[in-house]
Amino acid sequence: MTNTDSDSSDMNNQDSSQALPGDSPKRDTTSLVKATLARRYAAEKRFKFYGIFAIAASLAFLVVLLTSIFIKGWPAFTHTYVKLNLELDADTLGLSDNPTAKELRAANYSGVIKKTMRDRFPDVKKRKAKKELYQLISSSGEYRLYDMVKENPAIIGTTIETWLPADDELAAILKSGDDLSDPDSIVTRMSDQQIGFAKTLKDAGETQTRFNKVFFTNGDSREPEQAGIKAALIGSALTLLVTFMLSFPIAVAAAIYLEEFAPQNKWTDIVEVNINNLAAVPSIVFGLLGLAVFINFFHLPRSAPVVGGIVLSLMTLPTIIIASRAALKAVPPSIREAARGLGASEQQVVWHHVLPLAMPGILTGTIIGLAQALGETAPLLMIGMVAFIVDIPAGFTDAATVLPVQVFLWADSPERAFVEKTSAAIIVLLGFLILMNAVAVMLRKRFERRW
Amino acid sequence: MNDTHQDAFDKITGTVGDVTVDNPKMRLSNVDVFYGDKQAIFDVSLDIANNEVIAMIGPSGCGKSTFLRCLNRMNDTIPSCRVTGQMSLDGEDLYGADLDTVLLRARVGMVFQKPNPFAKSIYDNVAYGPRIHGLASNRAELDEIVIGSLQKAGLYEEVQDRLDAPGTSLSGGQQQRLCIARTIAVSPEVILMDEPCSALDPIATAKIEELIDELRQNYAIAIVTHSMQQAARVSQRTAYFHLGKLVEVGTTNQIFTNPSHELTENYITGRFG
Repeated sequence: MTNTDSDSSDMNNQDSSQALPGDSPKRDTTSLVKATLARRYAAEKRFKFYGIFAIAASLAFLVVLLTSIFIKGWPAFTHTYVKLNLELDADTLGLSDNPTAKELRAANYSGVIKKTMRDRFPDVKKRKAKKELYQLISSSGEYRLYDMVKENPAIIGTTIETWLPADDELAAILKSGDDLSDPDSIVTRMSDQQIGFAKTLKDAGETQTRFNKVFFTNGDSREPEQAGIKAALIGSALTLLVTFMLSFPIAVAAAIYLEEFAPQNKWTDIVEVNINNLAAVPSIVFGLLGLAVFINFFHLPRSAPVVGGIVLSLMTLPTIIIASRAALKAVPPSIREAARGLGASEQQVVWHHVLPLAMPGILTGTIIGLAQALGETAPLLMIGMVAFIVDIPAGFTDAATVLPVQVFLWADSPERAFVEKTSAAIIVLLGFLILMNAVAVMLRKRFERRW
Repeated sequence: MNDTHQDAFDKITGTVGDVTVDNPKMRLSNVDVFYGDKQAIFDVSLDIANNEVIAMIGPSGCGKSTFLRCLNRMNDTIPSCRVTGQMSLDGEDLYGADLDTVLLRARVGMVFQKPNPFAKSIYDNVAYGPRIHGLASNRAELDEIVIGSLQKAGLYEEVQDRLDAPGTSLSGGQQQRLCIARTIAVSPEVILMDEPCSALDPIATAKIEELIDELRQNYAIAIVTHSMQQAARVSQRTAYFHLGKLVEVGTTNQIFTNPSHELTENYITGRFG
């Protein structure tokens, strides 16, 4: 600012000192320019510094964000297992000699596990201490045991060595690397005695941390060690597929009509203004609309990817339309003229020449819109996609949830293990986004042509 | 318009010279063109003959390009543009109800100021017109049209071993000849050229001019140019436009050696424009 001011005042001084402005043979351009050079370069340098500072600042924020998410989320990808020598005694299991499938299902697997734990720690006698001991093994252990027995009934009556998933609290203290000999320093809901059990197991090498497959194969669960991301991942994929199938063709058709065919009049102006306004509408409003129109009026299923997809396409449409129009506008008019001059109809001009050249820009806009849709939570809460989903959705009308809503749900849960799950879900969400962008970049490369 | 403009404008009272020819390919009479409220062309009449190059010259903004673009109705796409007057191609009304712009543009081709090849291969650039109009029934016929057109445009020798390369990879002069090949691939009857050499260097220009002279054997050609030397070299007749009016028409020889109108003389002697 000061530069411009002093520049103009210099100019004024010059003009007033000369008899005739513009007719000044004595004015020495070289020295005048030289006088301003240092200032001009300084301004340039300053501006460059601002730019570098801005980039460095945003990079620093990004690094802090990603590092904190990865550090917090990484443990969720592993889980601790405890080694147990299970004595599959038919009596303890409550099975007859020739058990039926029904009997197998109802067998007392937890009793076997509890007995094994009691045998491992024979000193534990008190009722309360026993209960604490049993808590160390995840309640999913008995289901695993049932699966093993169902698969191979011959193991009944034998003793098998197997690894069962630890309870989330036990897993958390073992994965955190805390010093187990000093229970006071550990932040946990476990009692000092339980920490003592953990130390014994760990020192004996009877615990092991492995890749947490369950996280990628299960739906949500109240038990953190059984909660997985798969239901939300599939839900997100189905919802986005609906969003893409609806919003891409509609938005591109609208953009082509508005840009290439529509007459310039009051009506198209109104349409244009309203599309721009729609882009600025808070997303939760679209959720309310989805609830009122699609669920209450058309009676589409609640919490379903199809409704979520429709609502998100409403939100995405303006973004894609605006980006597509900009891309179409950027196609040089000379290409249109060349095609018209050869006798191509308006339709052929658009399909053969304008659209292929605008495609990279349209795809960029679409990916921005879809990325926005992928991260959207608010409108989906309104249409019931915030439900607790244990089953993996198999179709567009099954109850489902999506990744950001899953993050929201887990962030709301009190168990310590859900903290890492929340960050892990964010990592999966970011991975999904990166995958989507990679596909977009690939498609763009394919369409990109010079002109 | 300032006073000198107004004076000059008033001085032009109709066209000097004979605007008609014996056997016209296109006949344009009393053409007026408006952009909104502003009139760009004032009552211009001109014939375009077969096997002849007619050059349209004049200072910038004199309406010669606008006039040229009326001949294949390229102005249709400008919403505010309005054209009145009688215009015909082989006696058929250009703005008649039964004449389609697609058909008209297949018969009256156009080459533009800036080379504008499509973002396609050299082959596809030339094959595009025949393809959309269904001029070839099989691949061999299409090959024949493409190669023939490239040969006529004098480009075939230079590109024969890279027909798959993008049209935009050629040099400026080659691109313009590609555009000409693309135009003649549709076998038009008339070719309109809007300053085809203004973006080219002298060597490329010479090649295009040579080409125009050869094309004259088969087509009627109307060329707008800023270069008076070019008009003198390539055309048989010349039309001088000024401020939206057609000032003078005559054989190129007569216009450049013995212009009748004062404004024409001023222009070709370089006093303005």
